[in-house]
Amino acid sequence: MRTFQAAAVVSIVISALIVVSLIGRAVSFMTEVNPADLAAGGWFPRRSMFGLPTIVTGSVIVAGIAMIVAAPLGLGAAIYLAEYARPRVRKVIKPVLEILAGIPSVVVGVFALSWISPQIIGRLSGDAGLFNMAAAGIGVGVLVTPLVASVAEDSFRAVPMSLREASYGLGAKKRSTTTKIVFPAAISGVVASIILGVSRAIGETMVVLIVAGGTGGAEFTLNPFNAGQTMTGAMAALARGSDQVRGADQAFPSLFFVGLLLFLITLTLNVVSERYVRRVRQKY
Amino acid sequence: MTTEDIVAQGLRGKKGDIKSLLFEGALLLSLFISLLFLIILLVDVVGKGVSVLLDRGGSFLSSGLSSFAERAGVGQGIFGSLVMLIFVVLLAFPIGVAAAIYLEEYAKDTKFNRFIDVNIRNLAGVPSIVYGLLGVAIFVLVLAPLTGGASYIAGGLTLAVLVLPIIIITSAEALRAVPDSIREAGFGVGATRWEVVRSHVLPVAAPGILTGTVLSISRALGETAPLLLVGAVTGFVATGDASLGEQLQGPFATLPTTIFAWASQPDADFRALTQAAIIVLLAVILTANAIAIFLRNRYERKW
Repeated sequence: MRTFQAAAVVSIVISALIVVSLIGRAVSFMTEVNPADLAAGGWFPRRSMFGLPTIVTGSVIVAGIAMIVAAPLGLGAAIYLAEYARPRVRKVIKPVLEILAGIPSVVVGVFALSWISPQIIGRLSGDAGLFNMAAAGIGVGVLVTPLVASVAEDSFRAVPMSLREASYGLGAKKRSTTTKIVFPAAISGVVASIILGVSRAIGETMVVLIVAGGTGGAEFTLNPFNAGQTMTGAMAALARGSDQVRGADQAFPSLFFVGLLLFLITLTLNVVSERYVRRVRQKY
Repeated sequence: MTTEDIVAQGLRGKKGDIKSLLFEGALLLSLFISLLFLIILLVDVVGKGVSVLLDRGGSFLSSGLSSFAERAGVGQGIFGSLVMLIFVVLLAFPIGVAAAIYLEEYAKDTKFNRFIDVNIRNLAGVPSIVYGLLGVAIFVLVLAPLTGGASYIAGGLTLAVLVLPIIIITSAEALRAVPDSIREAGFGVGATRWEVVRSHVLPVAAPGILTGTVLSISRALGETAPLLLVGAVTGFVATGDASLGEQLQGPFATLPTTIFAWASQPDADFRALTQAAIIVLLAVILTANAIAIFLRNRYERKW
Protein backbone atom coordinates (compact mmCIF):
# COMPACT_ATOMS: atom_id res chain seq x y z
CA MET A 1 0.00 0.00 0.00
CA ARG A 2 2.80 2.38 0.97
CA THR A 3 4.73 1.44 -2.19
CA PHE A 4 1.67 2.06 -4.33
CA GLN A 5 1.04 5.37 -2.65
CA ALA A 6 4.65 6.38 -3.21
CA ALA A 7 4.25 5.61 -6.92
CA ALA A 8 1.20 7.87 -7.08
CA VAL A 9 3.07 10.63 -5.28
CA VAL A 10 5.78 10.48 -7.98
CA SER A 11 3.32 12.24 -10.28
CA ILE A 12 3.09 15.15 -7.87
CA VAL A 13 6.87 15.31 -7.66
CA ILE A 14 7.02 15.50 -11.46
CA SER A 15 4.52 18.37 -11.56
CA ALA A 16 6.46 20.19 -8.87
CA LEU A 17 9.71 19.69 -10.79
CA ILE A 18 8.13 21.02 -13.98
CA VAL A 19 6.83 24.13 -12.25
CA VAL A 20 10.08 24.74 -10.37
CA SER A 21 12.33 24.26 -13.37
CA LEU A 22 10.14 26.52 -15.51
CA ILE A 23 9.58 29.31 -13.03
CA GLY A 24 13.17 29.71 -11.82
CA ARG A 25 14.70 30.55 -15.17
CA ALA A 26 11.57 32.25 -16.51
CA VAL A 27 11.74 34.73 -13.65
CA SER A 28 15.44 35.34 -14.15
CA PHE A 29 14.70 35.97 -17.85
CA MET A 30 11.92 38.44 -17.03
CA THR A 31 14.06 40.40 -14.58
CA GLU A 32 17.05 40.61 -16.93
CA VAL A 33 15.40 41.18 -20.28
CA ASN A 34 14.90 44.67 -21.61
CA PRO A 35 11.07 45.06 -21.92
CA ALA A 36 11.51 46.75 -25.31
CA ASP A 37 13.10 43.55 -26.64
CA LEU A 38 9.92 41.62 -25.80
CA ALA A 39 7.92 43.82 -28.15
CA ALA A 40 10.47 43.62 -30.97
CA GLY A 41 9.10 43.11 -34.49
CA GLY A 42 10.56 39.65 -34.77
CA TRP A 43 11.89 36.63 -32.89
CA PHE A 44 15.68 36.52 -33.18
CA PRO A 45 16.86 35.39 -29.72
CA ARG A 46 20.54 35.43 -30.63
CA ARG A 47 20.21 39.09 -31.57
CA SER A 48 18.31 39.78 -28.32
CA MET A 49 15.02 40.30 -30.18
CA PHE A 50 12.45 38.39 -28.14
CA GLY A 51 9.34 39.53 -30.05
CA LEU A 52 6.60 37.71 -28.15
CA PRO A 53 3.83 38.95 -30.51
CA THR A 54 5.62 37.18 -33.38
CA ILE A 55 5.61 33.71 -31.84
CA VAL A 56 2.22 34.06 -30.13
CA THR A 57 0.48 35.08 -33.39
CA GLY A 58 2.47 32.33 -35.11
CA SER A 59 0.99 29.79 -32.69
CA VAL A 60 -2.51 31.21 -33.15
CA ILE A 61 -2.24 31.10 -36.96
CA VAL A 62 -0.91 27.53 -37.08
CA ALA A 63 -3.39 26.24 -34.49
CA GLY A 64 -6.21 28.13 -36.26
CA ILE A 65 -5.45 26.55 -39.64
CA ALA A 66 -5.05 23.17 -37.94
CA MET A 67 -8.53 23.45 -36.42
CA ILE A 68 -10.06 24.61 -39.72
CA VAL A 69 -8.85 21.26 -41.05
CA ALA A 70 -9.35 19.08 -37.99
CA ALA A 71 -12.70 20.32 -36.60
CA PRO A 72 -14.92 19.58 -39.63
CA LEU A 73 -13.02 16.44 -40.62
CA GLY A 74 -12.85 15.07 -37.08
CA LEU A 75 -16.47 15.87 -36.18
CA GLY A 76 -17.78 14.63 -39.53
CA ALA A 77 -15.87 11.37 -39.20
CA ALA A 78 -17.07 11.02 -35.58
CA ILE A 79 -20.75 11.54 -36.46
CA TYR A 80 -20.48 9.11 -39.34
CA LEU A 81 -18.82 6.43 -37.21
CA ALA A 82 -21.18 6.89 -34.25
CA GLU A 83 -24.51 7.34 -36.07
CA TYR A 84 -24.32 6.10 -39.65
CA ALA A 85 -21.62 3.45 -40.05
CA ARG A 86 -22.76 -0.16 -39.88
CA PRO A 87 -21.23 -2.01 -36.94
CA ARG A 88 -19.02 -4.00 -39.28
CA VAL A 89 -17.64 -0.92 -41.05
CA ARG A 90 -17.10 0.78 -37.71
CA LYS A 91 -15.25 -2.23 -36.38
CA VAL A 92 -12.72 -1.91 -39.20
CA ILE A 93 -12.40 1.88 -39.51
CA LYS A 94 -12.09 2.71 -35.80
CA PRO A 95 -8.93 0.63 -35.19
CA VAL A 96 -7.42 1.91 -38.46
CA LEU A 97 -7.94 5.50 -37.25
CA GLU A 98 -6.46 4.56 -33.86
CA ILE A 99 -3.39 2.98 -35.44
CA LEU A 100 -2.86 5.96 -37.71
CA ALA A 101 -3.22 8.30 -34.72
CA GLY A 102 0.10 6.80 -33.62
CA ILE A 103 2.05 8.30 -36.53
CA PRO A 104 4.80 10.39 -34.89
CA SER A 105 4.76 14.13 -35.43
CA VAL A 106 8.25 14.17 -36.96
CA VAL A 107 6.91 11.94 -39.74
CA VAL A 108 3.98 14.26 -40.39
CA GLY A 109 6.47 17.13 -40.41
CA VAL A 110 8.52 15.56 -43.17
CA PHE A 111 5.27 14.81 -45.04
CA ALA A 112 4.20 18.44 -44.72
CA LEU A 113 7.49 19.49 -46.28
CA SER A 114 7.62 16.88 -49.02
CA TRP A 115 3.93 16.79 -50.03
CA ILE A 116 1.55 19.27 -48.34
CA SER A 117 3.67 22.35 -49.01
CA PRO A 118 4.40 21.76 -52.73
CA GLN A 119 1.12 19.98 -53.64
CA ILE A 120 -1.46 21.99 -51.64
CA ILE A 121 0.03 25.31 -50.59
CA GLY A 122 2.06 25.69 -53.79
CA ARG A 123 -1.18 25.45 -55.76
CA LEU A 124 -3.15 27.78 -53.48
CA SER A 125 -0.64 30.58 -53.54
CA GLY A 126 1.99 31.11 -56.21
CA ASP A 127 4.32 33.21 -54.07
CA ALA A 128 4.39 30.98 -51.01
CA GLY A 129 7.85 29.56 -50.37
CA LEU A 130 8.44 25.90 -49.56
CA PHE A 131 8.60 26.80 -45.87
CA ASN A 132 5.38 28.44 -44.65
CA MET A 133 2.97 28.45 -41.73
CA ALA A 134 -0.03 27.28 -43.80
CA ALA A 135 1.67 23.96 -44.62
CA ALA A 136 2.54 23.58 -40.93
CA GLY A 137 -1.08 24.32 -40.00
CA ILE A 138 -2.45 21.66 -42.35
CA GLY A 139 0.15 19.17 -41.11
CA VAL A 140 -0.83 19.81 -37.48
CA GLY A 141 -4.48 19.50 -38.55
CA VAL A 142 -3.78 16.02 -39.97
CA LEU A 143 -2.20 15.08 -36.63
CA VAL A 144 -5.06 16.44 -34.52
CA THR A 145 -7.97 15.05 -36.60
CA PRO A 146 -7.91 11.51 -35.10
CA LEU A 147 -7.87 12.98 -31.58
CA VAL A 148 -10.89 15.22 -32.24
CA ALA A 149 -12.69 12.33 -33.94
CA SER A 150 -12.14 9.89 -31.09
CA VAL A 151 -13.15 12.24 -28.24
CA ALA A 152 -16.22 13.44 -30.18
CA GLU A 153 -17.25 9.91 -31.14
CA ASP A 154 -17.17 8.81 -27.50
CA SER A 155 -19.50 11.65 -26.58
CA PHE A 156 -21.97 10.84 -29.42
CA ARG A 157 -22.05 7.24 -28.31
CA ALA A 158 -22.65 8.31 -24.71
CA VAL A 159 -26.01 9.77 -25.78
CA PRO A 160 -28.58 7.17 -24.66
CA MET A 161 -30.45 5.25 -27.36
CA SER A 162 -33.79 6.20 -25.78
CA LEU A 163 -33.34 9.82 -26.96
CA ARG A 164 -32.92 8.67 -30.57
CA GLU A 165 -35.85 6.28 -30.28
CA ALA A 166 -38.06 9.02 -28.91
CA SER A 167 -37.12 11.20 -31.87
CA TYR A 168 -37.81 8.45 -34.40
CA GLY A 169 -41.09 7.76 -32.62
CA LEU A 170 -42.15 11.31 -33.38
CA GLY A 171 -41.42 10.66 -37.05
CA ALA A 172 -38.09 12.49 -37.30
CA LYS A 173 -35.60 11.50 -39.96
CA LYS A 174 -32.17 10.18 -39.18
CA ARG A 175 -30.62 13.47 -40.27
CA SER A 176 -32.81 15.63 -38.06
CA THR A 177 -32.38 13.20 -35.17
CA THR A 178 -28.62 13.49 -35.56
CA THR A 179 -28.47 17.26 -35.92
CA LYS A 180 -31.29 18.26 -33.55
CA ILE A 181 -31.17 15.55 -30.85
CA VAL A 182 -27.84 13.72 -30.73
CA PHE A 183 -25.56 16.65 -31.52
CA PRO A 184 -27.06 19.04 -28.91
CA ALA A 185 -27.10 16.25 -26.33
CA ALA A 186 -23.40 15.63 -26.93
CA ILE A 187 -22.43 19.29 -27.24
CA SER A 188 -20.21 19.35 -24.16
CA GLY A 189 -18.16 16.46 -25.52
CA VAL A 190 -17.94 18.18 -28.89
CA VAL A 191 -16.69 21.37 -27.29
CA ALA A 192 -14.22 19.36 -25.21
CA SER A 193 -12.88 17.63 -28.32
CA ILE A 194 -12.32 20.98 -30.03
CA ILE A 195 -10.58 22.51 -27.01
CA LEU A 196 -8.38 19.43 -26.60
CA GLY A 197 -7.56 19.68 -30.30
CA VAL A 198 -6.55 23.34 -29.93
CA SER A 199 -4.41 22.48 -26.93
CA ARG A 200 -2.67 19.68 -28.82
CA ALA A 201 -2.20 21.94 -31.86
CA ILE A 202 -0.62 24.73 -29.82
CA GLY A 203 1.75 22.27 -28.16
CA GLU A 204 2.76 20.54 -31.39
CA THR A 205 6.41 21.12 -32.20
CA MET A 206 8.01 18.98 -34.87
CA VAL A 207 5.72 19.85 -37.80
CA VAL A 208 6.28 23.56 -37.17
CA LEU A 209 10.01 23.11 -36.67
CA ILE A 210 10.40 21.27 -39.98
CA VAL A 211 8.08 23.18 -42.29
CA ALA A 212 7.20 26.63 -40.87
CA GLY A 213 10.60 28.03 -41.79
CA GLY A 214 11.37 29.95 -38.62
CA THR A 215 14.38 28.00 -37.37
CA GLY A 216 16.74 30.95 -37.81
CA GLY A 217 14.25 33.44 -36.36
CA ALA A 218 11.19 35.07 -37.92
CA GLU A 219 9.72 38.48 -38.67
CA PHE A 220 6.26 39.39 -37.40
CA THR A 221 3.68 38.40 -40.01
CA LEU A 222 -0.05 37.75 -40.25
CA ASN A 223 0.16 36.09 -43.66
CA PRO A 224 0.00 32.29 -43.27
CA PHE A 225 1.77 31.82 -46.61
CA ASN A 226 4.90 33.42 -45.14
CA ALA A 227 7.54 31.68 -43.08
CA GLY A 228 6.88 32.17 -39.38
CA GLN A 229 7.58 30.85 -35.92
CA THR A 230 5.43 29.49 -33.08
CA MET A 231 6.14 29.26 -29.36
CA THR A 232 6.97 25.55 -29.62
CA GLY A 233 9.03 25.97 -32.77
CA ALA A 234 10.97 28.84 -31.19
CA MET A 235 11.87 26.65 -28.22
CA ALA A 236 12.99 23.67 -30.29
CA ALA A 237 14.93 25.85 -32.74
CA LEU A 238 16.78 27.48 -29.85
CA ALA A 239 17.67 24.11 -28.41
CA ARG A 240 19.09 22.49 -31.54
CA GLY A 241 22.58 21.74 -30.39
CA SER A 242 22.10 22.36 -26.69
CA ASP A 243 25.70 23.56 -26.21
CA GLN A 244 24.99 26.71 -28.19
CA VAL A 245 21.91 27.32 -26.12
CA ARG A 246 23.77 27.16 -22.88
CA GLY A 247 26.36 29.54 -24.30
CA ALA A 248 23.98 32.36 -25.18
CA ASP A 249 23.27 34.56 -22.16
CA GLN A 250 19.56 35.41 -22.38
CA ALA A 251 18.58 32.97 -25.11
CA PHE A 252 18.73 29.97 -22.75
CA PRO A 253 16.46 31.38 -20.00
CA SER A 254 14.09 32.66 -22.72
CA LEU A 255 13.39 28.99 -23.52
CA PHE A 256 11.91 28.55 -20.05
CA PHE A 257 9.93 31.76 -20.25
CA VAL A 258 8.26 30.65 -23.49
CA GLY A 259 7.85 27.18 -21.99
CA LEU A 260 6.06 28.59 -18.95
CA LEU A 261 3.74 30.60 -21.20
CA LEU A 262 2.94 27.49 -23.24
CA PHE A 263 2.43 25.43 -20.08
CA LEU A 264 -0.06 27.96 -18.67
CA ILE A 265 -2.00 28.21 -21.96
CA THR A 266 -2.35 24.45 -22.46
CA LEU A 267 -3.13 23.90 -18.76
CA THR A 268 -6.00 26.40 -18.96
CA LEU A 269 -7.36 24.78 -22.13
CA ASN A 270 -7.13 21.29 -20.62
CA VAL A 271 -8.86 22.32 -17.39
CA VAL A 272 -11.68 23.96 -19.34
CA SER A 273 -12.17 20.91 -21.58
CA GLU A 274 -12.07 18.55 -18.58
CA ARG A 275 -14.93 20.54 -17.09
CA TYR A 276 -16.99 20.10 -20.26
CA VAL A 277 -16.31 16.37 -20.36
CA ARG A 278 -17.47 16.04 -16.76
CA ARG A 279 -20.68 17.82 -17.66
CA VAL A 280 -21.47 15.31 -20.39
CA ARG A 281 -20.76 12.43 -17.98
CA GLN A 282 -23.04 13.75 -15.26
CA LYS A 283 -25.99 14.16 -17.52
CA TYR A 284 -27.03 10.57 -18.11
CA MET B 1 -45.39 5.06 -57.80
CA THR B 2 -48.17 3.49 -55.77
CA THR B 3 -49.41 4.85 -52.49
CA GLU B 4 -47.84 1.87 -50.77
CA ASP B 5 -44.41 2.84 -52.10
CA ILE B 6 -44.81 6.39 -50.90
CA VAL B 7 -45.89 5.24 -47.46
CA ALA B 8 -42.98 2.77 -47.30
CA GLN B 9 -40.63 5.54 -48.34
CA GLY B 10 -42.02 7.81 -45.69
CA LEU B 11 -41.59 5.13 -43.07
CA ARG B 12 -38.00 4.41 -44.06
CA GLY B 13 -37.44 8.15 -44.20
CA LYS B 14 -34.35 7.67 -46.28
CA LYS B 15 -34.75 7.51 -50.03
CA GLY B 16 -35.75 10.47 -52.12
CA ASP B 17 -34.60 12.96 -49.48
CA ILE B 18 -31.76 14.80 -51.17
CA LYS B 19 -30.75 16.79 -48.09
CA SER B 20 -30.37 13.65 -46.02
CA LEU B 21 -28.30 12.03 -48.73
CA LEU B 22 -26.09 15.12 -48.99
CA PHE B 23 -25.66 15.17 -45.20
CA GLU B 24 -24.62 11.53 -45.07
CA GLY B 25 -22.38 12.08 -48.09
CA ALA B 26 -20.62 15.00 -46.39
CA LEU B 27 -20.01 12.93 -43.27
CA LEU B 28 -18.63 10.06 -45.30
CA LEU B 29 -16.47 12.49 -47.24
CA SER B 30 -14.87 13.89 -44.07
CA LEU B 31 -14.04 10.39 -42.85
CA PHE B 32 -12.67 9.62 -46.30
CA ILE B 33 -10.48 12.75 -46.43
CA SER B 34 -9.06 12.07 -42.95
CA LEU B 35 -8.05 8.59 -44.05
CA LEU B 36 -6.89 9.83 -47.46
CA PHE B 37 -4.33 12.20 -45.91
CA LEU B 38 -2.83 9.32 -44.00
CA ILE B 39 -2.85 7.04 -47.03
CA ILE B 40 -1.11 9.70 -49.15
CA LEU B 41 1.44 10.06 -46.35
CA LEU B 42 2.22 6.35 -46.38
CA VAL B 43 2.36 6.17 -50.19
CA ASP B 44 4.58 9.27 -50.37
CA VAL B 45 7.01 7.92 -47.79
CA VAL B 46 7.24 4.43 -49.26
CA GLY B 47 7.53 5.73 -52.83
CA LYS B 48 10.42 8.03 -51.97
CA GLY B 49 12.25 5.91 -49.44
CA VAL B 50 11.91 2.28 -50.38
CA SER B 51 14.69 2.44 -52.99
CA VAL B 52 17.28 3.21 -50.30
CA LEU B 53 16.16 0.24 -48.23
CA LEU B 54 16.27 -2.03 -51.28
CA ASP B 55 19.67 -0.80 -52.49
CA ARG B 56 21.46 -0.60 -49.16
CA GLY B 57 19.46 -3.07 -47.09
CA GLY B 58 21.45 -4.23 -44.06
CA SER B 59 24.14 -1.56 -44.32
CA PHE B 60 21.48 1.18 -43.97
CA LEU B 61 20.12 -0.47 -40.83
CA SER B 62 23.54 -0.95 -39.26
CA SER B 63 25.62 2.13 -40.19
CA GLY B 64 25.77 5.14 -37.92
CA LEU B 65 25.22 8.83 -38.53
CA SER B 66 27.50 10.35 -41.13
CA SER B 67 27.72 13.52 -43.14
CA PHE B 68 28.03 11.42 -46.29
CA ALA B 69 24.65 10.23 -47.52
CA GLU B 70 26.01 7.00 -48.97
CA ARG B 71 27.55 5.99 -45.64
CA ALA B 72 24.84 7.23 -43.29
CA GLY B 73 22.46 4.77 -41.64
CA VAL B 74 20.00 4.34 -38.83
CA GLY B 75 22.11 1.95 -36.71
CA GLN B 76 22.84 4.44 -33.92
CA GLY B 77 19.28 5.70 -34.06
CA ILE B 78 17.90 2.20 -33.57
CA PHE B 79 20.31 1.57 -30.69
CA GLY B 80 19.30 4.87 -29.06
CA SER B 81 15.60 4.12 -29.44
CA LEU B 82 16.16 0.69 -27.87
CA VAL B 83 17.88 2.28 -24.87
CA MET B 84 14.95 4.73 -24.49
CA LEU B 85 12.54 1.79 -24.67
CA ILE B 86 14.39 0.02 -21.84
CA PHE B 87 14.20 3.13 -19.65
CA VAL B 88 10.46 3.45 -20.25
CA VAL B 89 9.81 -0.25 -19.58
CA LEU B 90 11.95 -0.37 -16.44
CA LEU B 91 10.84 2.94 -14.91
CA ALA B 92 7.53 4.18 -16.25
CA PHE B 93 5.76 0.80 -16.47
CA PRO B 94 6.18 -0.39 -12.83
CA ILE B 95 5.66 3.06 -11.32
CA GLY B 96 2.69 3.73 -13.60
CA VAL B 97 0.92 0.47 -12.83
CA ALA B 98 1.63 0.81 -9.10
CA ALA B 99 0.20 4.33 -9.09
CA ALA B 100 -2.88 3.11 -10.96
CA ILE B 101 -3.38 0.29 -8.43
CA TYR B 102 -3.16 2.81 -5.59
CA LEU B 103 -5.66 5.19 -7.19
CA GLU B 104 -8.20 2.52 -8.16
CA GLU B 105 -7.87 -0.11 -5.43
CA TYR B 106 -6.56 1.56 -2.27
CA ALA B 107 -7.15 5.30 -2.35
CA LYS B 108 -10.08 6.60 -0.34
CA ASP B 109 -11.96 9.60 -1.68
CA THR B 110 -9.89 12.20 0.15
CA LYS B 111 -8.92 15.66 -1.01
CA PHE B 112 -5.31 14.59 -1.39
CA ASN B 113 -6.15 11.60 -3.61
CA ARG B 114 -8.49 13.68 -5.72
CA PHE B 115 -5.65 16.16 -6.15
CA ILE B 116 -3.35 13.35 -7.35
CA ASP B 117 -6.01 12.30 -9.84
CA VAL B 118 -6.52 15.80 -11.28
CA ASN B 119 -2.78 16.34 -11.32
CA ILE B 120 -2.17 13.20 -13.42
CA ARG B 121 -4.85 14.25 -15.91
CA ASN B 122 -3.19 17.64 -16.29
CA LEU B 123 0.27 16.10 -16.64
CA ALA B 124 -1.02 14.00 -19.54
CA GLY B 125 -2.01 17.22 -21.35
CA VAL B 126 1.31 19.01 -20.92
CA PRO B 127 2.96 19.44 -24.35
CA SER B 128 5.89 17.09 -24.82
CA ILE B 129 8.31 19.94 -25.41
CA VAL B 130 7.71 21.17 -21.85
CA TYR B 131 8.94 17.78 -20.63
CA GLY B 132 12.04 18.54 -22.69
CA LEU B 133 12.56 21.68 -20.57
CA LEU B 134 12.18 19.57 -17.42
CA GLY B 135 14.79 17.22 -18.87
CA VAL B 136 17.26 20.05 -19.53
CA ALA B 137 16.79 21.70 -16.16
CA ILE B 138 16.80 18.58 -13.97
CA PHE B 139 18.33 15.59 -15.76
CA VAL B 140 20.92 17.43 -17.86
CA LEU B 141 21.96 20.24 -15.51
CA VAL B 142 21.10 19.37 -11.88
CA LEU B 143 21.77 15.64 -12.14
CA ALA B 144 24.79 16.03 -14.44
CA PRO B 145 27.14 13.99 -12.22
CA LEU B 146 24.73 11.06 -12.47
CA THR B 147 23.58 11.34 -16.07
CA GLY B 148 26.70 12.79 -17.65
CA GLY B 149 24.79 15.75 -19.10
CA ALA B 150 23.01 15.41 -22.44
CA SER B 151 23.14 11.62 -22.52
CA TYR B 152 21.17 8.44 -23.14
CA ILE B 153 20.31 8.45 -19.43
CA ALA B 154 18.96 12.01 -19.51
CA GLY B 155 16.95 11.25 -22.65
CA GLY B 156 15.60 7.99 -21.26
CA LEU B 157 14.55 9.58 -17.96
CA THR B 158 12.80 12.41 -19.82
CA LEU B 159 10.80 9.98 -21.96
CA ALA B 160 9.95 7.81 -18.92
CA VAL B 161 8.56 10.89 -17.15
CA LEU B 162 6.69 11.91 -20.32
CA VAL B 163 4.75 8.66 -20.71
CA LEU B 164 4.20 7.96 -16.99
CA PRO B 165 0.86 9.83 -16.77
CA ILE B 166 -0.43 8.07 -19.90
CA ILE B 167 0.45 4.67 -18.47
CA ILE B 168 -1.25 5.56 -15.17
CA ILE B 169 -4.44 6.74 -16.89
CA THR B 170 -4.78 3.74 -19.24
CA SER B 171 -3.95 1.25 -16.45
CA ALA B 172 -6.45 2.92 -14.11
CA GLU B 173 -9.12 2.62 -16.81
CA ALA B 174 -8.35 -1.09 -17.23
CA LEU B 175 -8.62 -1.63 -13.45
CA ARG B 176 -11.86 0.33 -13.28
CA ALA B 177 -13.39 -1.93 -15.94
CA VAL B 178 -13.04 -4.94 -13.62
CA PRO B 179 -16.44 -5.39 -11.95
CA ASP B 180 -16.69 -5.09 -8.18
CA SER B 181 -18.34 -8.50 -7.91
CA ILE B 182 -14.93 -10.07 -8.54
CA ARG B 183 -13.40 -8.13 -5.65
CA GLU B 184 -16.34 -8.85 -3.37
CA ALA B 185 -16.08 -12.57 -4.09
CA GLY B 186 -12.43 -12.43 -3.05
CA PHE B 187 -13.14 -10.49 0.14
CA GLY B 188 -16.02 -12.87 0.86
CA VAL B 189 -13.68 -15.84 1.19
CA GLY B 190 -11.40 -13.84 3.47
CA ALA B 191 -8.69 -12.64 1.08
CA THR B 192 -6.79 -9.47 1.93
CA ARG B 193 -6.97 -6.51 -0.40
CA TRP B 194 -3.54 -7.24 -1.81
CA GLU B 195 -4.43 -10.89 -2.43
CA VAL B 196 -7.58 -9.81 -4.27
CA VAL B 197 -5.64 -7.33 -6.39
CA ARG B 198 -2.78 -9.69 -7.14
CA SER B 199 -4.72 -12.85 -7.94
CA HIS B 200 -8.04 -11.58 -9.27
CA VAL B 201 -8.07 -7.96 -10.38
CA LEU B 202 -4.65 -7.72 -12.07
CA PRO B 203 -4.98 -10.88 -14.21
CA VAL B 204 -8.35 -9.69 -15.51
CA ALA B 205 -7.08 -6.17 -16.18
CA ALA B 206 -3.77 -7.31 -17.70
CA PRO B 207 -4.75 -7.11 -21.41
CA GLY B 208 -5.98 -3.53 -20.96
CA ILE B 209 -2.90 -2.52 -19.00
CA LEU B 210 -0.58 -4.08 -21.57
CA THR B 211 -2.35 -2.40 -24.50
CA GLY B 212 -2.06 0.97 -22.80
CA THR B 213 1.59 0.36 -22.09
CA VAL B 214 2.40 -0.68 -25.65
CA LEU B 215 0.63 2.43 -26.99
CA SER B 216 2.57 4.65 -24.54
CA ILE B 217 5.86 3.01 -25.46
CA SER B 218 5.25 3.56 -29.15
CA ARG B 219 4.41 7.17 -28.33
CA ALA B 220 7.78 7.43 -26.57
CA LEU B 221 9.54 5.86 -29.54
CA GLY B 222 8.14 8.56 -31.84
CA GLU B 223 8.87 11.55 -29.57
CA THR B 224 11.38 13.99 -31.00
CA ALA B 225 10.95 17.49 -29.62
CA PRO B 226 11.77 16.76 -25.94
CA LEU B 227 14.89 14.85 -26.98
CA LEU B 228 16.05 17.76 -29.14
CA LEU B 229 15.81 19.96 -26.05
CA VAL B 230 17.63 17.43 -23.90
CA GLY B 231 20.37 17.59 -26.51
CA ALA B 232 20.08 14.69 -28.94
CA VAL B 233 23.00 14.83 -31.33
CA THR B 234 22.07 15.74 -34.86
CA GLY B 235 25.57 15.19 -36.21
CA PHE B 236 27.85 12.25 -35.52
CA VAL B 237 27.87 10.13 -32.36
CA ALA B 238 31.40 8.97 -31.70
CA THR B 239 31.37 5.84 -29.54
CA GLY B 240 34.95 4.58 -29.92
CA ASP B 241 35.56 1.70 -27.55
CA ALA B 242 33.87 3.20 -24.49
CA SER B 243 32.25 0.74 -22.08
CA LEU B 244 28.46 0.52 -22.04
CA GLY B 245 28.27 2.55 -18.81
CA GLU B 246 30.36 5.35 -20.30
CA GLN B 247 28.33 5.19 -23.51
CA LEU B 248 25.07 5.62 -21.60
CA GLN B 249 26.48 8.83 -20.10
CA GLY B 250 27.58 9.99 -23.54
CA PRO B 251 25.90 11.81 -26.43
CA PHE B 252 22.86 10.11 -27.92
CA ALA B 253 20.61 9.96 -30.96
CA THR B 254 17.36 8.08 -31.55
CA LEU B 255 15.51 7.07 -34.68
CA PRO B 256 13.18 10.13 -34.74
CA THR B 257 15.99 12.59 -33.98
CA THR B 258 17.94 11.01 -36.86
CA ILE B 259 14.94 11.58 -39.12
CA PHE B 260 14.80 15.20 -38.05
CA ALA B 261 18.54 15.65 -38.54
CA TRP B 262 18.35 14.34 -42.09
CA ALA B 263 15.17 16.25 -42.90
CA SER B 264 16.97 19.51 -42.17
CA GLN B 265 19.94 18.64 -44.43
CA PRO B 266 19.90 20.75 -47.61
CA ASP B 267 21.59 17.92 -49.54
CA ALA B 268 19.10 16.19 -51.89
CA ASP B 269 20.64 12.75 -51.22
CA PHE B 270 19.43 12.95 -47.66
CA ARG B 271 15.79 13.30 -48.72
CA ALA B 272 15.51 9.66 -49.79
CA LEU B 273 17.45 8.69 -46.66
CA THR B 274 14.95 10.58 -44.48
CA GLN B 275 12.03 8.74 -46.03
CA ALA B 276 13.81 5.40 -45.67
CA ALA B 277 14.38 6.07 -41.96
CA ILE B 278 10.69 6.98 -41.65
CA ILE B 279 9.73 3.61 -43.18
CA VAL B 280 11.80 1.89 -40.48
CA LEU B 281 10.23 3.97 -37.69
CA LEU B 282 6.67 3.56 -38.97
CA ALA B 283 7.18 -0.18 -39.44
CA VAL B 284 8.06 -0.51 -35.75
CA ILE B 285 5.45 1.89 -34.33
CA LEU B 286 2.49 0.99 -36.53
CA THR B 287 3.09 -2.74 -36.08
CA ALA B 288 3.27 -2.37 -32.30
CA ASN B 289 0.07 -0.27 -32.29
CA ALA B 290 -1.74 -2.65 -34.61
CA ILE B 291 -0.90 -5.67 -32.48
CA ALA B 292 -1.89 -3.89 -29.26
CA ILE B 293 -5.21 -2.61 -30.62
CA PHE B 294 -6.01 -5.96 -32.23
CA LEU B 295 -5.33 -7.85 -29.00
CA ARG B 296 -7.41 -5.39 -26.98
CA ASN B 297 -10.39 -5.68 -29.31
CA ARG B 298 -10.00 -9.46 -29.22
CA TYR B 299 -9.70 -9.91 -25.46
CA GLU B 300 -11.89 -7.05 -24.35
CA ARG B 301 -14.47 -8.57 -22.00
CA LYS B 302 -17.93 -7.17 -21.59
CA TRP B 303 -19.21 -7.75 -18.06
